[in-house]
Amino acid sequence: MTDIPGRVSRRGFLMGSAASAAYATLMNPSLSYAQGELPPLEEYEPVYFTADEWRFVMAACDRLIPAEGDGPGALETRVPVFIDLQMAGSFGDASDWYMAGPHQPDADPLLGFQSPLTPAQIYRQAIPAFQEWCQTTHGDAFENLDSATKDKALTSLQKGDVALAPELRDFFSFLLQNTKEGYFADPKYGGNYQLKAWAYIGFPGARAAYTEWVTRHNQTYPLPALSISGERA
Amino acid sequence: MATRTDPKKDVVILGLGWTGSILGMELAQEGLEILALERGEDRNTVPDFQYPGVIDELKYGIRYGFMQKPTKMTLTVRHNTEQTALPYRHLGSFLPGDGVGGAGIHWNGHTWRTQDVELRLKSYVEETFGADIIPEGMQIQDWGVTQEELEPYYDRLEYMMGISGKAGNINGEIQEGGNPFEAPRARDYPNPPLDNTYDAELFADAARKFGYHPFPRPAANASRAYTNEYGMQLGPCNYCGFCERFGCLNYSKASPQTCILDALKQKPNFSYKTHAEVLKIEKAADGKTATGVTYFDEKTGDEVFQPADLVLVCTYSLNNVHLLLLSGIGQPYDPATGEGVVGRNYSYQMTGGTALFFKDKNFNPFIGTGSVGMSIDDFSISQIDFAEEGFIGGSYITGGHTGGRPIQQLSTPPGTPSWGQGWKEAAGQWYACKMSIGSHGSNMSYRDCYLDLDPTYTDRHGRPLMRMTFNWKDNDIKMTQFMKGKIEEVAKSMNPDKMASGFKHDGSQYDVRPYQSTHNVGGAIMGTDPKTSVINRYLQSWDCHNVFVMGASAYPQNTQYNPTGPLGALAYWAADAIRKDYLKNPRPLM
Repeated sequence: MTDIPGRVSRRGFLMGSAASAAYATLMNPSLSYAQGELPPLEEYEPVYFTADEWRFVMAACDRLIPAEGDGPGALETRVPVFIDLQMAGSFGDASDWYMAGPHQPDADPLLGFQSPLTPAQIYRQAIPAFQEWCQTTHGDAFENLDSATKDKALTSLQKGDVALAPELRDFFSFLLQNTKEGYFADPKYGGNYQLKAWAYIGFPGARAAYTEWVTRHNQTYPLPALSISGERA
Repeated sequence: MATRTDPKKDVVILGLGWTGSILGMELAQEGLEILALERGEDRNTVPDFQYPGVIDELKYGIRYGFMQKPTKMTLTVRHNTEQTALPYRHLGSFLPGDGVGGAGIHWNGHTWRTQDVELRLKSYVEETFGADIIPEGMQIQDWGVTQEELEPYYDRLEYMMGISGKAGNINGEIQEGGNPFEAPRARDYPNPPLDNTYDAELFADAARKFGYHPFPRPAANASRAYTNEYGMQLGPCNYCGFCERFGCLNYSKASPQTCILDALKQKPNFSYKTHAEVLKIEKAADGKTATGVTYFDEKTGDEVFQPADLVLVCTYSLNNVHLLLLSGIGQPYDPATGEGVVGRNYSYQMTGGTALFFKDKNFNPFIGTGSVGMSIDDFSISQIDFAEEGFIGGSYITGGHTGGRPIQQLSTPPGTPSWGQGWKEAAGQWYACKMSIGSHGSNMSYRDCYLDLDPTYTDRHGRPLMRMTFNWKDNDIKMTQFMKGKIEEVAKSMNPDKMASGFKHDGSQYDVRPYQSTHNVGGAIMGTDPKTSVINRYLQSWDCHNVFVMGASAYPQNTQYNPTGPLGALAYWAADAIRKDYLKNPRPLM
């Protein structure tokens, strides 16, 4: 790999990043596993989340995109890994966002995100608050509830029926958005394992060349999904 | 206080996007010494838009890798003058670009000419329907330039960009298959239309049955290999589906990079600096001219004074207005008195659409490009009886799609839960089976929709952020509801299994969160009266005659079309006035 002046190469990024260990495993699966295989999700060591948080994130993703029915679920596609790596990166710390005060987190939602907290901080503060609500309302931690109760709890969170501080009010929308991002983003970000989500819906990924297919109306495109790194579904 | 003063230039260009590149090229041909200052990074097709790295939806489509970073520059927003404006902390409703090429790298490529009546909207409304149909508080104006005057400049722009399309009116003769409602043009587009996707064809067939006049949307996505007047070469579009929000991997989308910059960089009298953010335009002691600009050199941390004879303000429209306000060029607009001009008549774009879901159709949504689609102009501004319908405005309506990127562009039918098994199964079932029909409509200007400096929030240099005061108004909501009726009629005739519409309705307030349009216009508007405009019809500042302000900030109200066509034509128009008239005798041209 040639380093382009002024740009961080993948190698440079890996050496400098807090997420390096996780990325090294992610990018070099052949080190200890067969091509395209990664260690089981249960063995993944989160870069950002604590053990308690991780149990919640795993359980929540498993309900937001469950294994039941057609198509892969969030755990099969390793969505929690994606969220963990996003929290450890520039999305988690809102590094592109205008974060200067004064803040008015209870402002009219139409005026957009107004929390003083970064997304990573919001996950950190909102998870225990929601867990406490689950304890009080449903008698146990979220991950220990049965599926139907978990869904009920997440619905309450989505509807705003769980009393969260205004700084945390975007928690559910981040959680859902990040879960779908992890499902559908290129596998290099840790989710969409083996391009399973793309293969499921029929998105060919990074093929990006369809000249001869534009006018073949209402026909099924034949080639399997392709990732940026060249992995095929 | 500048920490460094650099040698004087003839011309300094603020921002190296479309208009900066056009002006740079035109004035470089006069032999002038030109320096362009660009606040963002340098960008080139290789390596920045190179395959496969650019085919990354998360990085560019969702995390906005090519866009302005709010941490460096943003604005505050409120709905009315009673509210406290709050910062637009992360991008949502609109996506200003930054870096070399500006928004010209990540646009779709819809390249329209306005209708003749849009350029003289106030006169047209008054002459045709009477002044009393203009609602209280609406502040529409004429542009001060006519379609006939701009025609040769549109022509140059379209041939520079290699637009793919089909003319509808050549010198007054209506052309079969083109837009019969367009203003007369001298000749056809330089390239034939793109190949149609399935949904575009279905929409066009349905629209024809209603007696409408579908035509290919004019596209800055090349339908074949093309070389422009500067010797720049475009390759045929391959419908990769990663167009808007992305740089083009294929040299097919017209951008400053593909159409101008490599030729411009060959000129020894042109140079540019990146990471150079202009802080202020400096005025002479008498206030009648500018002496140059002060910019922040991010590489050295210096504040640099760059003297120049001619200052061309070519940044994104919102940033143009911000710079004028910060520099004290032109009197700031006051909505209470209606006096002052800078910030006056900010307007936006009224869009809406209907999604159609067909169980038995496969649209291959991932096959698309920025501008492919079939449009109708049967409900355009020139075709609507405003007195009868009770609103002023119009839309063009399109069937087609730009791509099927799953995080952003997948949608599920109405009634689908937003998560869980129901969502997952609907996502799989309907991903390939959805098409949409969209309305792209005008937005009028109003006395209380404007831009000024925020009293509280500042940028990283300590300068006040700009404040946007804006909300949707009844007139424009009526317009979009009218379009909803027309679109749903066509949609129903196509017999979809499911259908869902999204249009602004009674009580809709401006929401900064969902993406709507990066067509923020006005605030430094053009005209023929210095009491109601910031720049004259040659885009020259009424206050400082050696300052010209390009871009969509010049629009007195928004048109029903995408803004790049007119702003490009106006850049060539202004360049011509500078070359043929101003340089010989620098003075106010009006």
